[in-house]
Amino acid sequence: MTALLQLEDLNVFYGASQALDGVSLQVAEGQAVALMGRNGMGKTTTISTACRMLPLRKGRVVFAGQDISGWPSYRAARLGIGLVPEGRRCFPNLTVLENLVAAARPGYWDLQQVHRVFPRLHERAGQYAASLSGGEQQMLAIGRALMTNPRLLILDEATEGLAPVIRREIWAAIAQLRTDGLSILLVDKTLSEILPFADACVILDRGRVVWQGRPDGLTAEVQQAHLGV
Amino acid sequence: MDNARREWALNAVLALALFAVPAWAWVANEPFIITLATRVAILAIAAVGLNIALGLGGLVSFGHALYLGIGGYVAGIAAQHAFNGTPVLGLPGTNQMLPIWAIAMLVSGAVAAVVGALSLRTSGIFFIMITLAFAQMGFFFALSWPAYGGEDGLPIFMRNHFPGLNTNRPWDLFVIAYGVLMVALVLFALLRAARFGAALMAIRQNPDRAAAIGISPFGIRLTAFILSGMLTGLAGAMMADLTRFVSPAMMAWTMSGELIVIIILGGVGRLFGPVAGAAILVGFEVFFGGLTEHWKLWLGLVLLAVVLFARGGLVGLVAGRARHG
Repeated sequence: MTALLQLEDLNVFYGASQALDGVSLQVAEGQAVALMGRNGMGKTTTISTACRMLPLRKGRVVFAGQDISGWPSYRAARLGIGLVPEGRRCFPNLTVLENLVAAARPGYWDLQQVHRVFPRLHERAGQYAASLSGGEQQMLAIGRALMTNPRLLILDEATEGLAPVIRREIWAAIAQLRTDGLSILLVDKTLSEILPFADACVILDRGRVVWQGRPDGLTAEVQQAHLGV
Repeated sequence: MDNARREWALNAVLALALFAVPAWAWVANEPFIITLATRVAILAIAAVGLNIALGLGGLVSFGHALYLGIGGYVAGIAAQHAFNGTPVLGLPGTNQMLPIWAIAMLVSGAVAAVVGALSLRTSGIFFIMITLAFAQMGFFFALSWPAYGGEDGLPIFMRNHFPGLNTNRPWDLFVIAYGVLMVALVLFALLRAARFGAALMAIRQNPDRAAAIGISPFGIRLTAFILSGMLTGLAGAMMADLTRFVSPAMMAWTMSGELIVIIILGGVGRLFGPVAGAAILVGFEVFFGGLTEHWKLWLGLVLLAVVLFARGGLVGLVAGRARHG
């Protein structure tokens, strides 16, 4: 398996404080990797760095064989990194349709395909994103990332704060994308939802990778030590 | 949905009224009214140009009079050389509107590319000040350019020609301006509905978030700024032909302000905002200008009321909340 995304020895600082201390991880083509850890351990920083939204002090980001460490984020996105940010972050004063169209790049994913996965986005096409429910905004955020025709979909807390029935709907959609062969890097805290379809897990603690392996290796001891559950 | 339908109804009323009033004036032989309507149409074209940058992109350019003036001087200079039979930069002058428009748009676009490339590195108040500074440079350059009239301005002795129409007849000139305005509005609507427009509005709301989905904020904004300058430059060339006169006053900062006022009165980012705004401005100038010398005081009060109580301008008042309020 060749690595689609390869993070090597990332060192990232917010001012004087170090957020990432030598984080390395890989996502292979077609693989789903779960990035875990307690709050404030560097999960969002890691994926923001992968998307080239944060400057690196040391280390490399390699995507699809290209060193993109010095690239601006819009070029990383065009190369195939699709981010579904934490807190959804749709464009509130654009309609659902405009949110999707703004992101469109040529490829398999177009309005029709996104509407097939999330029919509700079709029903709500003319509404402002700000007027959607949390779950619908999450669908829009995923749909918007898909419109960029990514090779890797990065999901940051995709179901945080949503009602159980909506969570199931969204996880089902993500599972389908995974089955269709999309590579996925996801950040989440709910083990029971991640584990069924993650190929590999990486645990961060205070800006370092403290454990990685297959999900069945996540024993109670490991969870106790690094996830506090 | 109801609001959208009301907006289309208002747009239709504005488009029809702008045609019907001068058509009536033509029949009633009131050429002054036709010329006023032509002025509304041309100011609206300039404001549609600014609406691309300001309305969709949130780029408050306080220097769009520069492009109006550039367009005006292109028309004036081309006409003067055609009149004298002398070349300009090795080319013959021309008294044909179509090539003049093309040159006006090219030159405005080129200047907008330079101004945009430099000023888009800043934002907020600095962007406003830098665009103003560039326009003032153009203003003082025109003021001190004796070859083309300097501060006295440059008259256009013979109005430039348009194939198949007699531009000396007010009605014919109005039809040209109205036609160009409709084309400009269609282009604006297409632009807004395309990925380009959505991306431009997305950048306005959050440039970093837009970049994360593959949109280059600088590239899209610069393109919008250039298109915006080109359209305003076209309006400048037409304005020069309407008044048969170009002067540095076309580049004055008050002119830049007037274009912004038109958009605010009509409705920022709305398709027919520029048309409504231009009609209100010219209407005020004519009716209150006839009653009192201080009509701008009353316009100021109206502007204040719009900013405080009707932030969507006239279109917003009729068709609901300003989308970018």
